[in-house]
Parts: sequence; C-alpha cells; structure tokens
Amino acid sequence: MALLEIKDLAVRFETNDGIVSAVNGVSFNVREGDTLAIVGESGSGKSQTAFAAIGLLARNGHATGSVKWDGQEILNLPDAKLNRIRADEIAMIFQDPMTSLNPFLKVSDQMEEVLTLHRGMSRRAARAECVRMLDAVRIPDAAARITMYPHEFSGGMRQRIMIAMSLLCRPRLLIADEPTTALDVTVQAQIMDLLRDIQNEFNTAMILITHDLGIVAGSCARTMVMYGGRIMERGTTAEIFANPTHPYTLGLLEAVPRLDRKEDTLPTIPGEPPDMLKAFKACPFEPRCPKADERCKAEVPALERISETRVRACHRSPEEVA
Amino acid sequence: MLSFIIRRLAVAIPTLLILVVFSYVIMYAAPGGPFDMERALPPEVMDNLNAKYGLDKPLVVQMFNYVYNVVVHFDFGPSYMYKNQTVNDIIAQGFPVTLTYGFWSFVVAVVVGMSLGVMAAIYHNSWLDYLAVGISIGAQVLPNFVMAPILVLFFTLWLGWLPGGGWQGGQWQYVIMPVIALSTSFMASIARLTRSSMLEVLNANYIRTARAKGLPMRRVIFRHALKPALLPVVSYLGPAFVAMITGSVVVDMYFSTGGIGVFFVNSALNRDYSVIMGITILTGALTILFNLVVDILYAWIDPKIRY
Repeated sequence: MALLEIKDLAVRFETNDGIVSAVNGVSFNVREGDTLAIVGESGSGKSQTAFAAIGLLARNGHATGSVKWDGQEILNLPDAKLNRIRADEIAMIFQDPMTSLNPFLKVSDQMEEVLTLHRGMSRRAARAECVRMLDAVRIPDAAARITMYPHEFSGGMRQRIMIAMSLLCRPRLLIADEPTTALDVTVQAQIMDLLRDIQNEFNTAMILITHDLGIVAGSCARTMVMYGGRIMERGTTAEIFANPTHPYTLGLLEAVPRLDRKEDTLPTIPGEPPDMLKAFKACPFEPRCPKADERCKAEVPALERISETRVRACHRSPEEVA
Repeated sequence: MLSFIIRRLAVAIPTLLILVVFSYVIMYAAPGGPFDMERALPPEVMDNLNAKYGLDKPLVVQMFNYVYNVVVHFDFGPSYMYKNQTVNDIIAQGFPVTLTYGFWSFVVAVVVGMSLGVMAAIYHNSWLDYLAVGISIGAQVLPNFVMAPILVLFFTLWLGWLPGGGWQGGQWQYVIMPVIALSTSFMASIARLTRSSMLEVLNANYIRTARAKGLPMRRVIFRHALKPALLPVVSYLGPAFVAMITGSVVVDMYFSTGGIGVFFVNSALNRDYSVIMGITILTGALTILFNLVVDILYAWIDPKIRY
C-alpha cells in the first residue's frame, strides 16, 4: 500500500488580484522507501503541492482533493490532528536555511522541542539524542556547538542542522523543498550526498522538490515534471532522462549545462512561466512549446498512462516529441 | 556589555550639557521674564529682583553658575513663581505623583496593548482582529482631554464610585482615572505596532518550520514568534515610558493630582526659568537612561546584537 496517496489535489489562493490556481488536479503515490523528485520551474506548483499535503499553506490558500497518509485522509485536517503527523511521520526541509531556522533561539532549543513534544523525552535525553543526530549529519564538535545560535553557523551547516532536526523522530517520509538552492555548488553536493546516505540508512521515503535536474539523476528513483500546476510527465528517473516524451521535459534537459557540449550558450526554453491568475483552457505549456499545434490551443491534454511506470500529458505522440 | 554601558553613560554628560545650552538660549529668546506683571513693577524693584536671582549677569555666566550649582550642590535653584519653594522641592513633590500614575499607565498600556495586538495578528481578518483594531483606533482618536471629562462623568457623577480628583498620597481610588486617561493612546499605539510586527513575523520562514515540526499554535506564538515580534515594540516603549512617568498636563490639571506635568506647562507660561530647566533636565536624563535600557533589552532579545 502506498504511504502517501495524493489524488486530484488542487490548490487555490485568494489574492487581491484574483484567484491563483497554483495546483490543478495533481495525483501521485509515494511508497515506503520510495524517492520521488518533483521538478519544475518557479511557480509550477511543486512546493505548494507539498505544503498542501501537510497543511502548511499560507492563510489565503485552500486545497481540495484527497491526501491519504497510511490510508487515512489528512487533507484539511485541523492543526491539532496534523501536528501528530508533522515531524513525527512526515518531516520537511526548507529551501533557505538562513531564514528557516529561528534566529532568536539556540539550535538546542529548536531541536530538543521536537523530541520533548513528540516522544515525551526529558530535556536531558533529548539533548543527547540531538547531539547524536548532529554528529550523524557531520557537524563537528556538536556537543559544544548545539548551544549556539543559527547565525553562528555557515549556510551549509545550517542546512545540516535542518536535516538533523527533521530526522529526529525517524520520519517515514522526508519532504525536501529545494534543499540546496540557497547553497553554493560544493556544499550542494555534500548536502545531496548526506540526504542519499540518510535515505539508505533509515530507509526514509523522500520527496525532493527542485528545479535542478542535475541533482535529480543521482538521488531519486522516480521523477515527476510539473508545469503550470499540472503534471506534465512522470516515470522512473532513468526513463525520463534517457527518453523524455514531453516537450517541456526535453527543454529542461537541454538546459542542464554539460561539459561534453561545444556550444557557448546554454539552450533555454523561450517565453515566460504562465500567468497563474488565468484558468487554463488549453495546455499550459502551449505558448512556449516548439511542437504545439491547433489542438494544443483548444484543449487541456489529459494525463495518460503509456507504460507500467510512465504517465504523460501531451497531445503529440511520444514519437513526434522525441 | 559593561564597557558599552559605561561608554553610553559617558556620552550622556555632553548630551545633557548641550540640552542645557539649547534650552537656555531658547528660553531667553522668548519675550518676557519671570517678573513681568500686568502692571509693570517700578524699575528699581525690577533691578533688585534681577540682581537677587542673578538675572542681571550675562547669559554665559548665568548658564555657568547654573551648571555649577547643579553639578556641585545638586541644586536646581529657587522657583521664581512659587515663593519659598526650590525646584528640588517641586520635583520631589510632583515627580513621585507622575511616576506612580505613569508607571501604572505603562503597565496597563503594555499588557492590554500587546495582548490586543497579538490576538489581532493571530486571528487576522476575523471579527477578533476587527474588534481589536476598532478598540485601538477608538483609543487613539479619543485624546485625554476628552477622555478625562467622560471618565469623571461616568465614574464620579453617574456611578459615584471614584473621586473626581485629588491625590491623597496615591490611594488607589485616586490613581485609577488618571491611569485610564493617560494609558489609552499609548495602549493603542502599542497594539497597532504589535499587530503589524506580529503579522510580519507569522509569515516568516522559521514560523513555517515551527509549524512543520508539529508544535501547537500556542507554542509557535509564544516561543517562536513573540520575541522577534516585540523588537519594534520595545524601541517604542523606551520613549513612551519616559513620556508617561513625566506625566501629562491634562491629567494633572483635570484630576488635580499635583504632578510635574502641570508645573512644566505653567513654568513655561510664567517664564519660571529654573523650573523649566529642572524638568527639562529630568526628562532629558530619563530619556537617555531608558534609551539605554531599550538597547540592553534589544541585546537580550536578539542574539545577533552584541555590544
């Protein structure tokens, strides 16, 4: 049985400019120990999908559809009920480690409260466990440094602290929302290695949200590509990389810098991300798509299954795209 | 930290001196003097009076003598208006009064204002928010010279619960109405400041982290959001506290409390130079002191600030 089962999830925000449809009918499953990458550019709805699942949408956001955790419906549950699942079973790591840790509280205070709350540990026992976890994410001299404030650590170290904090309760699912975006490249590689090690060691399922296809290849078994709040294509990571069947995926792969190419300029996808204030009556990618025809302007392509592992939403056939 | 405090106190001395010089110049630039009556005094009497109080000497000499007496003898001079009373006497009588009702006003303004502000932010755009905002706007648009008569009408004339004025050594019945009249507008400012800064903090990434950890709302607010939300409020509280404990002319006049608020205004009208200077220096010194207290509080709240 799937650990996390999301069906027809839609997220809308009421803003002063009108209704923003950030996520439109997204469905996917995550099994025990599974690793899924959700890929897409800013505003594709990838983060909001995850936030909606554990009730962390901004105040003006509203989610519909179904999110089942371990067979239980959890979408739009009151905080008091969701709080039992958060951190304990589903933990999150956020994009910017500079602002995601509370600058006014010591690292020890921020970590220990997870264990005293969910596990009913004494502060002393919680401290010992937190230090052990900081050791596990390779923070040097953790026992002494745990009483420091976040600003006394570097960006990479702060993200390690976030990861350690998210793992304290041995969650069954870890959602990493662009965990390396705010870090420089060498630190990015270290953090991805760390996440991979942890995933192997604890057999935690992971959803990795990113716009960087470069970090997906080595770390996730499956990949889901999103655009305009919709799923464009989903399959095993190997399939997606070797044999993309959606023009958007193709464009993203082209835009990954490669050393074995001679061109001076990096290919990009022309045009801009869609205006999410408008409801789509056609394929959201159509205005930027090199393969678009009349049909693409007229109707939204349905998500169709093309193999055991693979779904895609495009009017053109896989042969026409490739 | 200690060296920071010492440095700040050292800077306070030249600051106060500059305050004295400016006040002196402005005071003497204003037309008239302490002994101008409706019917002019004979010139001989005027000269005698001026000589007695040293007002015939050049301004610089007067200023020097004043500072010398203050620093060496802690003597702020005689009042020109109230015979047989020195400025020290006036402050010794009046300041405890304003300190008492000012302190309680501060407590009321902080407790009520912060609670309203936090509540409004948590229940943003709900009826509780509108109620809290409504109360603080109402409190702000009711100046204390309107508030005071309404209070007396209500509590003294209609209900007969509280005396309409007087002080009686600060018994609680006499303190309540001055406190309400003085605290409301400060309370409103604190509520609005707290609300807007709390709203901002509640949108911060680290609050989302706290919620993702499954912390109950109460803990998110009080442990993760309150400290950062209070920073801008604290910087307002320093000057506000000084303004409250140095009293209000309206409160002192309306409730006949005998605080220094009324002396300050009367002394300015009567050109009672020494009383003006005494209360100015008192207010200045308190302002410097409580700005220092605010800075120390800042360092205590925000670990990134180290002196």
